[in-house]
Amino acid sequence: MSVEAPAPAADMAEAPAPAGAIAVLRRALHTSPGLLRGVRTTVMLALFGAAGRVVVPVLVQQVLDEGILGSEGVQVSFVAWATGISALLVLAVMFASRFTYLRVVTIAEETLADLRVRAFAHIHRFSVADLDETRRGVLTARVTSDVETVARFAQWGAIAWVVNPIVIVVLVIVLVVYSWQMAVVVVVALLPLLPILRFLQKRQLRAYDRVRTRVSQTLTALSEIVMGAGAVRAYGIEKRSKERMATAIDAQFVAERRALFFVTSSFTTSDLAGSVVTAIVVAIGVVFGPGWGLDAGSLVATLFLVTLIVGPVTELNEILDQTQSAVAGWRKVLDVIDTPVEVVEPVDGVPLPPGPITLRTEHLCFAYRTGPLVLDDVNLELPPGAHVAVVGETGSGKSTLVRLLTRLADPTEGRILVAGVDLRRVDPLSRQARIRLVPQDSFLFDTTVGRNVALGRIGADEADVAAAFADLDLGWWVDQLPQGLDTPVGERGDQLSVGERQLVALARAQLADPGLLILDEATSAVDSVTERALASALERVSAGRTTVSVAHRLSTAEGADLVLVFDGGRLVEQGAHAELVTAGGRYAELYGSWLGGTREPPVPPG
Amino acid sequence: MSSAPPAPAENSGLPGTAGAVFVAGLRIVWRYVRNQPMRFTLAMIGATGYAAGAVGTAWVLGAVTDQLVIPAFDRGVSTQAAAVGAAAIVGVGLVRAGSILLRRYNGGLTGLRTRVDLRKQVTDTLLAAPMEYHRSRPTGELLAHADADVQASTEVLDPLAFSVGVLVLVAFSLVALFVVDPWIALVALVLFPSLAVLNRAYTNRVATLVARVQVCLAEVAGVAHESFDGALAVKTLGIADAETERMRVAANNLRDARVAVGRVRAVFEPAIDTLPGLGIIVVALVGAVRIGAGTMDPGGLVAAAALFGLLAFPVRIVGFFLQELPRSVVATGRIDRVLAVPPGPQPGVGVTVPDGPVSLRFDHVGFSWPDGSTVLDDVSFSVAPGEVVALVGATGSGKTTLCELVVRLMDPTSGVIEVADIDVTTLDPASLRRTVALVFQESFLFADPLRTNVDLSGELSGEQLAEVAGIAHAQEFVLATPQGWDTPVGERGVSLSGGQRQRLALARALARQPRVLILDDATSAIDPVVEAGVLANLRRSMSATTLVIAHGLATIRLADRVVFLADGRVAADGRHTDLLNVPAYAELVRAYERGTDGEEAP
Ligand SMILES: Nc1ncnc2c1ncn2[C@@H]1O[C@H](COP(=O)(O)OP(=O)(O)OP(=O)(O)O)[C@@H](O)[C@H]1O
Ligand SMILES: Nc1ncnc2c1ncn2[C@@H]1O[C@H](COP(=O)(O)OP(=O)(O)OP(=O)(O)O)[C@@H](O)[C@H]1O
Ligand SMILES: [Mg+2]
Ligand SMILES: [Mg+2]
Repeated sequence: MSVEAPAPAADMAEAPAPAGAIAVLRRALHTSPGLLRGVRTTVMLALFGAAGRVVVPVLVQQVLDEGILGSEGVQVSFVAWATGISALLVLAVMFASRFTYLRVVTIAEETLADLRVRAFAHIHRFSVADLDETRRGVLTARVTSDVETVARFAQWGAIAWVVNPIVIVVLVIVLVVYSWQMAVVVVVALLPLLPILRFLQKRQLRAYDRVRTRVSQTLTALSEIVMGAGAVRAYGIEKRSKERMATAIDAQFVAERRALFFVTSSFTTSDLAGSVVTAIVVAIGVVFGPGWGLDAGSLVATLFLVTLIVGPVTELNEILDQTQSAVAGWRKVLDVIDTPVEVVEPVDGVPLPPGPITLRTEHLCFAYRTGPLVLDDVNLELPPGAHVAVVGETGSGKSTLVRLLTRLADPTEGRILVAGVDLRRVDPLSRQARIRLVPQDSFLFDTTVGRNVALGRIGADEADVAAAFADLDLGWWVDQLPQGLDTPVGERGDQLSVGERQLVALARAQLADPGLLILDEATSAVDSVTERALASALERVSAGRTTVSVAHRLSTAEGADLVLVFDGGRLVEQGAHAELVTAGGRYAELYGSWLGGTREPPVPPG
Repeated sequence: MSSAPPAPAENSGLPGTAGAVFVAGLRIVWRYVRNQPMRFTLAMIGATGYAAGAVGTAWVLGAVTDQLVIPAFDRGVSTQAAAVGAAAIVGVGLVRAGSILLRRYNGGLTGLRTRVDLRKQVTDTLLAAPMEYHRSRPTGELLAHADADVQASTEVLDPLAFSVGVLVLVAFSLVALFVVDPWIALVALVLFPSLAVLNRAYTNRVATLVARVQVCLAEVAGVAHESFDGALAVKTLGIADAETERMRVAANNLRDARVAVGRVRAVFEPAIDTLPGLGIIVVALVGAVRIGAGTMDPGGLVAAAALFGLLAFPVRIVGFFLQELPRSVVATGRIDRVLAVPPGPQPGVGVTVPDGPVSLRFDHVGFSWPDGSTVLDDVSFSVAPGEVVALVGATGSGKTTLCELVVRLMDPTSGVIEVADIDVTTLDPASLRRTVALVFQESFLFADPLRTNVDLSGELSGEQLAEVAGIAHAQEFVLATPQGWDTPVGERGVSLSGGQRQRLALARALARQPRVLILDDATSAIDPVVEAGVLANLRRSMSATTLVIAHGLATIRLADRVVFLADGRVAADGRHTDLLNVPAYAELVRAYERGTDGEEAP
């Protein structure tokens, strides 16, 4: 599949968020040109099918006028011929409809599958600033329930939108053929219906927007019950969760009831309009018809045609609610696809050289979406092959820094140079292979230990996975697992302890054998003996590697070549461990605290 | 369903035969409408009114043809007569419109209200269900029960009233047609049963395919959920393309399943649409013959044709109804299995914890996971009232498991846990949870304002809030957020760093003024200075019986006693200094002292 270039910002401005149905359709066609594939044949088939709908009323007219009320009285043979031909036509139309339907459904489903996959792929290109866990539920809804509203529409509504307008046009043409005066009467009588329906439609659209908001609130309350099951139980707040759930469900109900009211009103209105127009046609027809040269059969046929016109109008209205939610859903999906990607991958990226990687930042600044500066003018230089420790208070921006170093987001200001190249110009494949981050929360996929580790390098096999564990001296851990590498880890790794998950995440990074390895508290939950063993194993295998470790356990910093100390987003101190301790600044304070807790009896520094 | 296509047929949850599906479906429908008698009755009145209105419309049109249209072109009619004719048409139109209003609004409400009830029942059950239940099922499946399943099980209610109305309509029509002409009625007697047969065949063919669509849909949702949940991992591993491929496979399967349904529908829907038209054609032929024989008026023909035409759309509604039935049966089956989950753990006999300081005791506690792996073998130790005990053990040794047993997320496989010398399984759960507060190893935040995240019960005063936040060192960063304590966590609010989350979680536990406090590695992401401050604060201000899991000496030194967990048993229990004689323990707590530039090697 060809991946579209990120939409320029102008596109977004052109289509402000609450756009109407037409605007959404235009954007949809722009995004999925495949929608128009074979549209001519489909329209031809639909035309034929629509034309077929007038067969029966014309037959009734012909039978009445020529076969029964004609000057020669009842003519059974004429009627037999007419009915025979009509029957054949009707059957032909049946086949035409079948193909129309198949074509519409196939194209719609193909478009939607494609749309879903593209939205999904696009979301994975978002910067971490947009991907934090609070937004994940919403994004999941984009590729599931929002696409579903469109799919539901494609099954029922889409066909009606193709077929019904054609039916209406054909019917008006037939009306004109019978008597242009009556055609004018019908159209004029139907006109007032349009503004009324439009009025109701606007209310309905708003009501559906509200419904969608309420639905997502219900889902938030629901996810607390499911995702927070442990916390809810441990704190015994079932009652509170229950009440919130009930409030959300009730609010959703109120919104849905309101939408239902408008749907019902517009449906009722168009049905009533049908009766009124029929009455007008009868009254005008019997009074003026003879003067306009009409006959009884034509007038009766006109009556049937009125019912037939109101039918599609009503049906269009009937599917309007579906259409409304489909439009709203589609718009949300398109909004995702049209969100410009901030982290744009370079076209002819520079590959990173083999061996340890040097790293330099110049005036690095970063702020999340609307928040304050989280990193403020950070300048640092890491020599190749160095082991660098990053320490600092909670919330001082350490995790943010390592995210920028791995290009999970781009700096707001300043730049990052890896191996002398601006990170933004580095080839993405090379970057992903050579720079590896082990994030603070180790996420595991719901599969086995072995397969989770194998994700670390494309094409890795079981032997590679075992080797990665062996490199880290973790073979013993795998051996004691109930099914070794085939042990399932459960959703998010739930069936492993927190520390065990970190071991798996480390092996995964080791498998990639990167030139720059970044560990963000990657061993925070691992017991000290294992951590110590890991540290020496990492040292052994990191010969050709620059390593950055973020850690609160300062044992990491003690052995580092360089220690970077962060405070409130700024790099406040840097230097070797011993230097910094002697200098007696921020680091000395941190180290003192840690030492106080960890050494027994505390060894006074220096 | 005998043409057993791939696997989903087996686990689609449908009863064996189409007839059984139909009966099961009707039973479900009855169960739902029984709870909404008022709305359903009003909807049925509307539906019946609609049938009468529809037949009335046809009848009026026939009469107008005979008495107004034909005479008008023969000899002309008065304006008055024309007005009467028009008034009659509008009159039946009003009846019809009014009954549509009644039927649709109330029919819709029947569905909405049923959904409200079911959602509440399902979520209440999920809330009461034991933790094992939640652990043993994918998140996506649990979410689907309260969302997609409720929707699917009740969508059948939407076309219900109309469908019943259609049956009434068909009955009225038959009577009306008999009045017009028995031969024309005969056409109807052939037509309607064939429609029924067609619909039946349709439903049978489409049921399995629809079930398969549901399976594919769940698959798509599962992939999306996991992949975005692990978005950071996907990015850092550079496997976005592989993930996209996974989604593509799931999306394409869903597409194929839907197109397969579409294929069947493409055959049946037009056929069902066409039958009434064919009926009118036959009526025209029969009518001409009968009119020729002088046994029928032209108006009768018009009325009959109008009736057949009117039936075209309603008959499709019956089709929708029949199609929704199997979906409803499957989804309701899933919901019923959720509703049957007994609440757990068993609420005990309602003993409450007495006032005053309490002890915590583990007595030969053993625990195995459902997969059979034993984590805890035989754990016995106790924590005296007001005592602080550190629980130390290697990664995966079962520390978290032990903590979760105390608050009864699970119950021990063997042995007893006692709080204030009372077996926790006999305690009133509310009392247990008021007494014990657990700070999880992984902090969970609610999508709420920061205040509500700390003050779960909403009872704390401003000072109390400031006090607990002060102990947990949370006050400072909370006040730095845009709206302070009112800043929401979540979509429209703040994202917190790992350590900030932990401090908030800590404050939450303290806010409950627990008498037993359990900290599961609750300061792992907090820097040493703050950690030391938090621990000192705890020591100073808390009189709670405390069990603290620790890796670092900072925490261990806070404790009066240390319990060392290894191989599912307590390997050592005593004062830290005494335990240093136990080699495994000494190795664990002294790990950091070794190997640092060799200078401090033991
Ligand atoms: N996705 C995000 N959106 C908005 N703000 C964020 C996001 N992630 C972190 N922050 C904020 O940025 C600041 C720095 O956070 P960061 O995670 O980099 O800190 P940290 O130094 O890693 O802390 P810790 O030691 O607790 O992990 C914090 O104030 C945090 O609230
Ligand atoms: N849901 C589960 N099903 C099966 N086994 C599990 C499940 N959850 C945890 N385990 C296993 O139980 C053992 C103990 O886990 P637990 O989380 O109690 O360890 P822990 O001592 O807290 O470790 P850590 O120090 O890493 O947090 C681990 O080996 C883990 O793999
Ligand atoms: Mg961090
Ligand atoms: Mg644990």
